[in-house]
Amino acid sequence: MIKNFCILFISIALLASCSSSGEGEEVAVDSFDRAAMLTNFADNIIVPAYNDFSTKLATLKTAGETFTTTPDQTNLDALRTSWLAAYTTWQQVEMFNIGKAEELQYSFFMNIYPLTVADVENNISNGSYDLDSANNHDAQGFPALDYLLYGVADTDTAILAKYTTDANAVGYQNYITDVLNQMSILTAQVVTDWASYRNEFVVGVSNTATSPGNKLVNDYVYYFEKIIRTNKFGIPGGSFSGTALPEKVEGFYSRIYSKELALEALNGAINFFEGKHYNAITKGLSFNDYLLELDRADVSTAIIDKLAIAKTQINTLNANFYEQIMTDKTQVTLSFDKLQDVVQHLKSDMLQTFSISVDYADADGD
Amino acid sequence: MKFLKYNFKEQTNAAPLAVFRLFFGLMMFASIVRFWANGWIETLYLEPKFHFSYYGLSFIKPIGNYTYLLFIICGLSALFVAFGYKYRMAIITFFLSFGYIEFMDKTTYLNHYYFISVISFVLIFLPASAVFSVDNLRTKKKYLNIPKWTIDIIKVLLGVVYFYAGLAKLNSDWLFRAMPLKIWLPSKYDLPLIGNTLMQQDWFHFAMAWSGMLYDLSIPFLLLYKRTRVFAFVIVVFFHVFTRILFPIGMFPFIMIVSTLIFFEASFHQKIIDFIKKYILNVSSNDLKRQKRVSKKPLIIHQNYTFSSTKRKIALPILSVFVVIQLLLPFRSLLYPGELFWTEEGYRFSWRVMLMEKAGFTNFRVVNTKTGSSFMVDNKDFLTTFQEKQMSYQPDFILEYAHYLGNHFKSQGHKNIAIFADSYVALNGRLSTRYVNPKVDLYQQKENFKHKDWIVPFSSKIKIKGI
Repeated sequence: MIKNFCILFISIALLASCSSSGEGEEVAVDSFDRAAMLTNFADNIIVPAYNDFSTKLATLKTAGETFTTTPDQTNLDALRTSWLAAYTTWQQVEMFNIGKAEELQYSFFMNIYPLTVADVENNISNGSYDLDSANNHDAQGFPALDYLLYGVADTDTAILAKYTTDANAVGYQNYITDVLNQMSILTAQVVTDWASYRNEFVVGVSNTATSPGNKLVNDYVYYFEKIIRTNKFGIPGGSFSGTALPEKVEGFYSRIYSKELALEALNGAINFFEGKHYNAITKGLSFNDYLLELDRADVSTAIIDKLAIAKTQINTLNANFYEQIMTDKTQVTLSFDKLQDVVQHLKSDMLQTFSISVDYADADGD
Repeated sequence: MKFLKYNFKEQTNAAPLAVFRLFFGLMMFASIVRFWANGWIETLYLEPKFHFSYYGLSFIKPIGNYTYLLFIICGLSALFVAFGYKYRMAIITFFLSFGYIEFMDKTTYLNHYYFISVISFVLIFLPASAVFSVDNLRTKKKYLNIPKWTIDIIKVLLGVVYFYAGLAKLNSDWLFRAMPLKIWLPSKYDLPLIGNTLMQQDWFHFAMAWSGMLYDLSIPFLLLYKRTRVFAFVIVVFFHVFTRILFPIGMFPFIMIVSTLIFFEASFHQKIIDFIKKYILNVSSNDLKRQKRVSKKPLIIHQNYTFSSTKRKIALPILSVFVVIQLLLPFRSLLYPGELFWTEEGYRFSWRVMLMEKAGFTNFRVVNTKTGSSFMVDNKDFLTTFQEKQMSYQPDFILEYAHYLGNHFKSQGHKNIAIFADSYVALNGRLSTRYVNPKVDLYQQKENFKHKDWIVPFSSKIKIKGI
C-alpha cells in the first residue's frame, strides 16, 4: 500500500506538471505590460522629476551660499525664490518613497511640518546638533528654511539682522548652510541610486509584498491619504482635532504658498495616476490603464472625476491657507472631504482590483 | 432512518484514529513553529494596542510576553498529542491553549483555525491513544479496537467542512461571475507557465469556480465510497496543493490532506504504523519482544476499547449536541435579513472559505453632541494596518472599534461623545458604496446577535443570489 502511495504521489506530481505545461495551444498572454508601466514611471516620471528637483536644489544651495556670505535683501529675495522653486518641485518627488528614499527615510529629513521652532533655535544657540537624528526631523528641510527665511523675525530688515548684526548671526548662517547641505547630500544619494535602482525597479513586477511594483501602489495610496489629504488639509483644518490648527499648514512662515504647494502635490498625484510624463503632456502606461485593462472603467472614471472635483475645490481656497482657516475653515474641511472621496476609491476599489499582495501583515488567508 | 440504527457499540480497528492523532499533532506543532518563526506572535498579538474580541469573550486577550509561553504550551501539547503521551491531558491543553490563541483577536480569524478547534475539541473525547502511543508503554495497555463512531465522527466533521463550503459556493457571484476568482487569479501572473496564460483566461476562472464547487460538494462522498476513494484522494491532494500554490493559506492544505487519510481502511493505517515503526523508530518486533522480557510488567493487549458507562454518558450526549450544532450553526445566516456577503451576519464559523473579495475604507468622527464640534480619528493611531483592513469592512469590527474609540476619548475627558462612521466598501468587483449609515451614532449601538440595522442595505444592481 505504501508503494501504491508512492506511485500515487508521483502520478499527482505528473498530473500537476501536465496541467501547467500541457496546455499546448497558444493562449492570449495577459496584455497589460506591468514592466512597461514601471518603465514609464521610472524613465518618464520619477527620474526626470528627481533630476529636475536635484537641479533646483543645487540652485537653492548656491543661493544659500551667496546669502550666507552676503546677507542682504537681494540675496534673501533670490534665496526665497529658489527655495520656492525647489519646494514646489519637491511636491513632485515626495510620493516616490521607494528604494533609497525609503531606506534613508528621505522625506522625514526634507518636509516634516509643523516645524519645532524651539528645536531650531536651540540648535542654533547651542551650535552643536545632529541633523541625522530623528529628533531633528522637525527642525530641518524645507519647513526649517521657511522659518529661517520668513519667520525668524517680523520684517525683512529684522530678518536680515538675524544674519548680520545678531549676536549669533554666524549660528543662523551656519544653520542655513547645514540644512541645505543635509538636503543636498540626501538628495544626491537618492538621485544617484536611481541610476542603478532603475533597472531593478522596472522589472519589479512580481506580486509580492516587497516587489517595487506593489510597494509603489501602496505608497501611492498612503501618500495620497496621509501626505496630501491629512497633512495638507486634515490636520490644519481641524479634521482630526475638532479645533482648527492653522499654524500646522505647509509653508506656515511664508504664509502665501500653501495652496501652490498643495496644488502641485495634487497635480503630481493626478499626473502619476494617468501616467503623464514629467512636465509634458504625453501619457504612458499607468494605474489608470491598468484599471481599464482589468475592465474597471467605473473605478477609473470615479477616481478621475473625484480628483477633478477635489482640485476644483482646492482652487477656490485662499493662497494663504493660514488665512483661509482663520476666516473660513469649512472650505478647507470641504477640501479634505473631497480628497477623502478619492481615497475611498483608491483604497477599496483600486487596491481590490489590482489584488496586489498588500504590505499589510503577511498573515495566512483562508 | 438509517442514523437511528447506527450501532454505537460496533468496534473497529484503532489504527486510523491513532494515525490521525499522530499527523494532526505533528501538523499542529509545525503550525505553531511556523507561526512563531514568521514573527506573527509579535506582529499579530503583541504589537497592536487594541484587540478585536469575539462577542462575549472580550476577557481573552494576549498576555504580554507570556503569550510566547502560551505558544510554547500549545506547541508542546501538540507534540504530546502526536506521540500520545498523557494523551487526554495533552489534547485538553492543546484545545484550551489553541482556543485561547484563536480568541485573542478576531482579526486573525480563519476557517482553518476554527476547524482545528472543532477537531481538537472532539478529540478530547476520543480514544486516539488506544494504540501506537507512548501511553501504551506508560500504562502497559493497548487496545486493538475502538468504537467505530469515534472514527466516523471525524469523517462527519470533515464532510461538513467540504460540503458546506460547497453549498456556500452556490451563489450567483461564484458561479456566474466567477467572483472573486476573477480578481484573484489574474494577479497570479508571477506563476511560471500558467501565470500569464491560464490565470488570465475568462474560461479558466469559470472552470476553477465550477470545479471548486463540484469538488467541495462531492469529495466527502467520493472519499466515503471505497471504489472512488483512491481517486478522490488524488483529487484532494491535487486540489490542496494547487490552492496552496495560488493562495497564501499556510499549513491548511497539508492539514486537510493528512486529515482525509482517515477515510482509508484500517489496513492502510496499520501499514503506516508499521512503516514508521520500522524505518523511523527502528523497532522491529524482536526489539519489542526483548522489551517485554526486560520490563517487569508486560504490555497487556486488550481487544476492545469500551467507554465506561459514565464516560459514555458524558461523551455521547456532548458530542451528539456538538455535531448537531455543527450542522445547524452555518445556516444561522438565514435568520438575518439582507445580503450575507455584505452584512457578514452569520458569516464566520460557517465554512465560507475564500468566497469573497472585500475591501473598505472606514473613518470615524468623534462628535460632541452638545456643542456639535467634531474631529476625525486617524486609525493608524490605534490599529495596525492589518487590523485597519479587516475593520474597514466587517460590521462587528466597526462597532467594537467605535466603542473603543468612544471609551478612549471619554477617558481623555471628552464629553457627550457620539461616534459616526464614514465607510465605503467594495465587494466582489462592484464599485464601493456607502456601508454604514453616517447618521447613526455607533457609540449608542450595542453589540448583540440581532441584525445591525445601521448597515446600509446592499444596493448594487448586480445582486448576489445564493442558497
